[in-house]
Amino acid sequence: MSVSPIDGFAANLKKETHDAVYNSTKATHEKRTKVLFDHFPDANRLREIAGEIKQHVIENLDTYLPKVEEKLKANGVQVHWAPTALDANQAVLDIMRKRNATKIVKAKTMVSEETELAHFLEKNGVECLETDLGEFIVQVDHDHPSHIVRPIIHKSRREVAVCFEKNGLGAYNDDPNVITQRARVFLRQKYLEADVGLTGANFVVAESGRLVLVTNEGNSRFCLAATRCHIAMVGIEKILPRDRDLALLLNLLARSATAQQLTVYTEFIKGPRKPTQPDGPDEMHVIFVDNGRIDVLATECRDILRCIRCGACLNVCPVYRQASGHAYRSVYPGPVGAVLSPLLAKEKFPELADLPKASSLCGACQEVCPVNIPIPDLLLRLRDKNKRAHGPTSGTPPLGAWSILASQPTAWKAAMAMGGLVNHVPRVLMPGPLRKWSDYRTLPPWRGGQFRKWLKNRPAAKGKS
Amino acid sequence: MNAREDMLGRVNKALAMLPERAALPNWDAELAVAHKLVDHHAPFELFCERIKLVNGTPMTSVAEVAAYLKKNGWMKGYCDPALQKQLQEQFGPEFTLSPEFDRTRVDDYAFGITRAAGGIAETGTIILNDTLTSRRLGALAPWVHIAILPRELIHLTLADAVLVLGDDPNVIWATGPSKTADIEGILIEGVHGPGVQIALVL
Repeated sequence: MSVSPIDGFAANLKKETHDAVYNSTKATHEKRTKVLFDHFPDANRLREIAGEIKQHVIENLDTYLPKVEEKLKANGVQVHWAPTALDANQAVLDIMRKRNATKIVKAKTMVSEETELAHFLEKNGVECLETDLGEFIVQVDHDHPSHIVRPIIHKSRREVAVCFEKNGLGAYNDDPNVITQRARVFLRQKYLEADVGLTGANFVVAESGRLVLVTNEGNSRFCLAATRCHIAMVGIEKILPRDRDLALLLNLLARSATAQQLTVYTEFIKGPRKPTQPDGPDEMHVIFVDNGRIDVLATECRDILRCIRCGACLNVCPVYRQASGHAYRSVYPGPVGAVLSPLLAKEKFPELADLPKASSLCGACQEVCPVNIPIPDLLLRLRDKNKRAHGPTSGTPPLGAWSILASQPTAWKAAMAMGGLVNHVPRVLMPGPLRKWSDYRTLPPWRGGQFRKWLKNRPAAKGKS
Repeated sequence: MNAREDMLGRVNKALAMLPERAALPNWDAELAVAHKLVDHHAPFELFCERIKLVNGTPMTSVAEVAAYLKKNGWMKGYCDPALQKQLQEQFGPEFTLSPEFDRTRVDDYAFGITRAAGGIAETGTIILNDTLTSRRLGALAPWVHIAILPRELIHLTLADAVLVLGDDPNVIWATGPSKTADIEGILIEGVHGPGVQIALVL
């Protein structure tokens, strides 16, 4: 039996990183609970309704997708369809080439992380710059985000200062204010030089064709104030039926993500700028991305497509807090990632099959989810799927011997009597699988047989004999 | 088969196996209102209270704004052309209020004055749109943003404001100064947008 990759990551996590992730996620979760329930005593009702709305959308995508396409076109937006990550990236490149554009600034979008857009564009000679502070730091440091909302939750200010110094963004200074101001100065020139701004969309409303973007830093607003062309890369599941549904979802999103009542910037985009407005894109594109979502739609795990990428399930998860985001080896970490990442990995499912098992099924992830996704149920379905398709994976103890013992009373009794030897055997002499298992775990002292002894010797039993 | 037909065809196939589809709930608008925050409050008073909680600054006179800018040495800025003449007179000659915004010199403007399309009392939010905001950059790039907000345009709740988004191609809600907590969770204001967000409620 080998150790599962996520256990290995957790065991080797630096204490500094562990403490940063643990303390930050715990604090955000506690603030989220306070702000949500202080303002909405019946907050669980909001979560349930929001979940029903999103479930309705994903089960009716066959009607919503053409409907939203029609509305977007009526708003002057050009709509593209991308079955794969490569198709989505190529669509961005084609739009840029048509405009003879060589520079693009991008706001944070998880779907573009999935498609690895920045790497693709750079390989094709396009300067592609992340503008969200955390994503910018990740990009210049050649690192990966480790949290959906807080990409550099794993980094200390000292590491950021070293990265800035190494990349010519100023002499070493680990004051977060100085770091932020340096990024502000550097990035605003980049916005003004770029021809294209790329964003995702938190929601796309079917009845109005309105895209909704939420940020705190104002980077997506700058992308849409300084550039001439806006490309939005959007997962097909991002649709909401009506504008009025935004009231529910916006109230839930910021509280769940960052414990704010509302994010600083909430932008509603309904096509290119008016001719009377001198700033902003006069050309707008929406690329609807599949990249495995339709395959997920066809499974019993389709509920995961409700996700609005708030990160609340990461913050509350005891496994994420101990293991950190990189342990999930994929774009989506935490409980949502444990479901979504193996599904989106398609034929590489076995490589991430340990993730659905990285859960105690405590249910906290569902309790905080603003769209009430039954994550524990989905994790069990994925465990079952993997077991049926691929048999035991790393981290699964062999159960053949257990099966023989548990089905034969004599063998069980003998094992109980002899099991006490385990308390006296040095670890190095243990059988291979048990030794490996105990690399990261401590065996409790053997106490087998106590119940049988008690049952046999209890006063009532003695009286009968 | 093109990409659109391919994707929609596979969506149809994936959903065809469902015995029934989830219905769209018709939820009560009251559900999305934080009654504890808004009940028994007038929009103007509540707006002024809530904007302070997100580190925004409510002001109620031009003189108050001019004094605040002068105290901080912010004497040159951009001003919506429709307001420039009147405000220049009220600010006085020591201020330079430019009706033009030169995007090659964005850091030369200490402040930007634009017109707001509304406000949200429940959240302390300033609403801007393309119709009334003369320059998107003028409201974003300077360190200080001052939005002129007629008090009758303040909505009580977020749920009210969502219903009147209208047909403007770009509506943006600004709730306090631009901010981040990306580095060790420490709150920093003025990341890409304004570090100071003022609502001049008239």
